[in-house]
Amino acid sequence: MSLLEVNNLDVRFALRRGEVKALRDVCFTLDRGERLGIVGESGAGKSVAAFSLLNLIAKPGYIAGGSVRFDGQELTGMSDRALRRIRGHRISMIFQDPMMTLNPVLTIGEQMVECLKAHRRIARREARAIALRKLEQVQIPSPEARLDQYPHELSGGMRQRVIIAIALLLDPDIIIADEPTTALDVTIQAEIMALLLELCEKHNVGLILITHDLGVVSQVTQRMLVMYAGRVIEQGPTREIINDPQHPYTQGLMNALPQMATPGERLNQIPGSMPSLDNLPSGCAFHPRCGFAQRADGSERPACCTQVPGFVTSGNCQVACHMVAEMIERERIPAEETTR
Amino acid sequence: MTATATAPARKTPAADAGRPLLEIRSLEKRFSLCGDFLEQLKFKGGRLVREQEYVHAINGVDLDIRRGEALCVVGESGCGKSTVARTVMGLLHPSGGEIRYDGTRIDDLSTKALMPYRRRMQMIFQNPYASLNPRMTIQQTLEEPIRLHHPDWSRQQVCDKVAEVMHAVGIAPDWGKRYGHEFSGGQRQRIAIARALAVDPEFIVADEPISALDVSIQAQVLNLLMDAQRERHLTYLFITHDLAVVEHFGTRVAVMYLGRVCEVAPTATLFATPRHPYTRALLSAIPRLEDDRPQHIRLKGEVPTPVNLPSGCVFHARCPHANARCREEVPALIATDGGARVACHAIEEGRLD
Repeated sequence: MSLLEVNNLDVRFALRRGEVKALRDVCFTLDRGERLGIVGESGAGKSVAAFSLLNLIAKPGYIAGGSVRFDGQELTGMSDRALRRIRGHRISMIFQDPMMTLNPVLTIGEQMVECLKAHRRIARREARAIALRKLEQVQIPSPEARLDQYPHELSGGMRQRVIIAIALLLDPDIIIADEPTTALDVTIQAEIMALLLELCEKHNVGLILITHDLGVVSQVTQRMLVMYAGRVIEQGPTREIINDPQHPYTQGLMNALPQMATPGERLNQIPGSMPSLDNLPSGCAFHPRCGFAQRADGSERPACCTQVPGFVTSGNCQVACHMVAEMIERERIPAEETTR
Repeated sequence: MTATATAPARKTPAADAGRPLLEIRSLEKRFSLCGDFLEQLKFKGGRLVREQEYVHAINGVDLDIRRGEALCVVGESGCGKSTVARTVMGLLHPSGGEIRYDGTRIDDLSTKALMPYRRRMQMIFQNPYASLNPRMTIQQTLEEPIRLHHPDWSRQQVCDKVAEVMHAVGIAPDWGKRYGHEFSGGQRQRIAIARALAVDPEFIVADEPISALDVSIQAQVLNLLMDAQRERHLTYLFITHDLAVVEHFGTRVAVMYLGRVCEVAPTATLFATPRHPYTRALLSAIPRLEDDRPQHIRLKGEVPTPVNLPSGCVFHARCPHANARCREEVPALIATDGGARVACHAIEEGRLD
């Protein structure tokens, strides 16, 4: 059994103009010490997926269905009191903007001690010693002095290191990192990602990394999910998806990268933009932008625009696409005939 | 006399083929950190002294932008790349040095005298949510620069021009009645590009034009910028921190660090053989899709504050190859055999290849 099992998770936002289905039928698992990437454009539902794991969806949002099982316990519908024992303790989070996450009027040390005291019966001096040890682990220069500094006295990269130290404070099983390096420069980003990777491997901590940067996902994670308009459309081992994406959207995303084109030539763009969640197209949400959904004569494939595609297995990957399903079917039938 | 009539007549292409379109010479820009005169007074050692502190955003930048090229300026936040863009556009006044456009010095011109140049140089900003006036329709937004620079045009001429640029950037003409907030980020950036193209500029400064957009939209906007360059013979000064975009888009690249240019090279040369130690570290930090990549070069420490600039080479405190000379003497940009110009003592002395 996996450490974390998410099944058919459904998250909705009840707005005055109607219900917005932010997340639909999201299923994935995470083993102990495994690193999983969630990729997609803004509005695809990656952050909602991560937040809903710990039931951090604020009203008017709510979890409408599905289950999140962590270490044998069901997290959806758990009381806030019980959840608090898991949040920050066994599953901790790292957010995008380190300045927003840290309290500007408390010193780094106070924030770390506060976090420890909230979860453990522990003396202040002992908590401070643990905090110091964690700051050393994230390779902050002169950690002793940092404990008594305020967040504004640190640079962006330094703050994100403090956040990582706080996330590791109670030795969690899983860290959920929501775009942890988007606000940072490339050289700092590389350092922070290398640090996060090293610490996760050393302490056998699972990582759920949410990002829009395919390069980061490719270097840090073992498996990845690609999300589009609230659904997972492709998942599997990171290397396989990066090297040979199956879903037309993933292919388009990879091909649109400047690295994939000859310098100076036009990039292979995906036409159009992601639909808004309250006005989703029928069938496969990607079909209006998809080259495969249209036949050679210009008419649309009926399956793509009426039926939501289910997952088919291709290699070690799961893909939700009618075209891929058809191709696999076509390959399977001749193979069966020859064996007969 | 109209604004356009005062513009110097365009020279024939043959005459200015050798001359760069824009020349930036030892450009400096300081921002004062202290307020007015009274706030600058401090009591020190029994005496009243006036103390002034500055952020040294640009410290002696030399750059040429050639006709028809896309010069990309890369660097980390705080290196002064946006300040260079804004100073070139005349949105900031330089504290020192000069900027020549097409042979004429433009940094000391009055607002009125600058007008003809403002038509020839346009700017695209990073955040299309902030750069479009929320109280103007798209039609009004696009008409404004045309009316300003061509006050003699008839209503029909203005409308035709607006329709032309809207078509060029792929916006349906009937969207003109709508307001900025009704569009997505990618569409807004198209409108911002249309606004820049509306007065037929020859030089466009783009300050991180695609950083705020999603990956699949970035490709669309980048294609649009490249198409516009081809069709309208534009010259770009492109500010970005995304090195993958630079590799694809740039003719030449200038790498900036702490207000100075440390390396300028043709794009292919820079990516194949980065020379300056900072450029090497920067390139090694790009997250690559491939499995096998050289371990990234870790730099010591962080970028120093531009308030108290380090002596000598601005990079010396973090550079693995720094020696006593680097700590004292400011390196100048020196041409190397690969076509690159590098500001590094170690390369000049042959300590580093």
